[in-house]
Amino acid sequence: MTASLQTPEGPVEVDGALDRERRAAVITASVVGGIGCVGVAVPVVWSWAPSEREKAAGGPVEVDLSSIAPGQMKIVEWQGKPVWVLHRTPAMIASLKQDEDLLVDPLSKRTAFPTPPYALKDPSTRSIKPEFFVAVGICTHLGCSPSGPFAPDENPQLGPYPGFFCPCHGSTFDLAGRVFKNKPASDNLQVPPYKFMSDTVLVVGDDKKSA
Amino acid sequence: MGLHATQYRGLLGWIDARMPSLMTAYRTHMSEYYAPKNFNVWYFFGSFALMVLVIQFVSGILLAMHYKPDSTLAFWSVEFIMREVSGGWFIRYMHSTGASFFFIVVYLHMFRGLLYGSYRKPRELVWVIGALIFLALMAESFFGYLLPWGQMSFWGAQVIINLFSSIPAIGDWLSTWIRGDYVVGDATLNRFFSLHIIAVPLALLALVVAHIFALHDVGSNNPDGVEIKDHTDAKGRPLDGIPFHPYYTVHDLYGMGFLFMAYCAVLFFAPELGGVFLEGNNFIPADPFQTPQHIAPLWYFTPYYSILRATTAEFMLWLAGGTAVLALLVCLRVRGIWAWLAVAGVAAIAIVLMIVPMVKLDPKLWGVMMMGLSVTVFAALPWLDQSPVKSIRYRPFWHRIVIGVFVVAFVILGYLGINPPTPVRTMVAQVCAGLYFGFFFLMPWWSRMGTFKPVPDRVKFKAH
Repeated sequence: MTASLQTPEGPVEVDGALDRERRAAVITASVVGGIGCVGVAVPVVWSWAPSEREKAAGGPVEVDLSSIAPGQMKIVEWQGKPVWVLHRTPAMIASLKQDEDLLVDPLSKRTAFPTPPYALKDPSTRSIKPEFFVAVGICTHLGCSPSGPFAPDENPQLGPYPGFFCPCHGSTFDLAGRVFKNKPASDNLQVPPYKFMSDTVLVVGDDKKSA
Repeated sequence: MGLHATQYRGLLGWIDARMPSLMTAYRTHMSEYYAPKNFNVWYFFGSFALMVLVIQFVSGILLAMHYKPDSTLAFWSVEFIMREVSGGWFIRYMHSTGASFFFIVVYLHMFRGLLYGSYRKPRELVWVIGALIFLALMAESFFGYLLPWGQMSFWGAQVIINLFSSIPAIGDWLSTWIRGDYVVGDATLNRFFSLHIIAVPLALLALVVAHIFALHDVGSNNPDGVEIKDHTDAKGRPLDGIPFHPYYTVHDLYGMGFLFMAYCAVLFFAPELGGVFLEGNNFIPADPFQTPQHIAPLWYFTPYYSILRATTAEFMLWLAGGTAVLALLVCLRVRGIWAWLAVAGVAAIAIVLMIVPMVKLDPKLWGVMMMGLSVTVFAALPWLDQSPVKSIRYRPFWHRIVIGVFVVAFVILGYLGINPPTPVRTMVAQVCAGLYFGFFFLMPWWSRMGTFKPVPDRVKFKAH
């Protein structure tokens, strides 16, 4: 095999200066090896994704409503998250009509944290039954769990409105989980899929009609 | 015979003949590394950082022998270490106190660089590698803080991982991928343990070696900011340099006595330091249903955390204004229509994404970017600082005041980050965030203003 080599005296034919066969072998090996590296990277990166066990966890959860007195809230675990079930009093429900000018998204039109359509028949209550409010108790800002419910004038950040207050960055929500304006969070709390099995039993995580 | 001609005798000679790189390394980095003779107290902190790194490695290895990275066992295994392992409390407090001391020492080490222009040419790479060490250290500390699985561990990790979810399109997927679950859980704890005890320490170690190699290639700066290599003897040794070993090894060992006095005072008498080094809420097991009334990161993260919180919807207009002013200043400085268009274009896009309704990005995302910028901006110092002299000693007096204002703003941001936000505090944080970024981004202008003093030819040094 001969190749031409550039020298100050001009091109010189040199035996074996550039072995094209070897060059081709080097390129082929590099490409095949590179594809192999990318192939290995896929399962390595994917190993960080939630495992099958974590994906399977979090089936529907039943909640006994008879144990929640009006004005009281119960927290249940669904998919590892706290889910609030708040038994609203008529006064609490009434407060939801009065604060709408102060809310970012009173009709829950934003979709980053979804509200099921059946909970939006009355956008002010965001629930199937006005007296029972169900929401994922995780702030839509950075994932802390807001405290509450606070009564009117109980929490300085909420002022005269009843609602929830997130201790991490100060976002406030009304008793339908709707976020107030000028706070770090800009989405309303997520309402999980849920349904009523009977008047006293609620199922979180399942909204399919039983046959 | 293939043996290296050695200058050493006995066993050392036998080894050197077969592996000369060992003693070559010793000479390059110790006995024949010439450091300026005029180091002052600020120059202790590099060695101190190395010492604290050793403390963290040793205490960390011992802790890993008793700790269990399992969400049902982790909290109780830490309590087991504290109460039942012989000397366990001592090892745990060594590690927790060491973490805070690491940041104290590193912040002072960085401040030294700022005072004497240690990042200036030819030491840019030393500084950039150092900035990477700082980032690795923050990652190491963040991963480690989840391990005790207390309330602060859990909710701190929850908030920081959720920062990634503010990235458009891939954010939610990314934060789930980092957690390995839909909420912070066992999978998160287990992988943070792995990252904390092997992945990041390896990276840290490699970076520290690179930092020292890069430093020893260009040589140390000094409080006068003059190059000692400009004046050498017949053998090429700097006239103002002294061998690192024995002179600075002994000197630094002496200084470490003071480091250990402070470290042991905290370790034995105030390991929690009133909730600053170990937060009270972290002695409560993690409860995914109940966020504590007040959560805050550890003190060394709070300045950046304050900047994150200060970036509110109302702050965006100020941010846009600052960007516009900066872009105008840069435009006055750069030459050529293309450079001008590039600067103006980038600034215009940023401003549109900050304030124009419908297309603007979430303030939360801007907050995350500002926080990211606040921890990485240090790396740009070699190019931001345009002062004709390196050392603060020969810069105009008011430059000290500028640096002082920056330090005060940094401390106030740190203080505010420990405390819950109020409207007034948020406003103060916004002013301090402005000072923080102004210090860096206006540096190309202010650092060359004023009357500079003549820099001496050789270092100033008086023997004691």
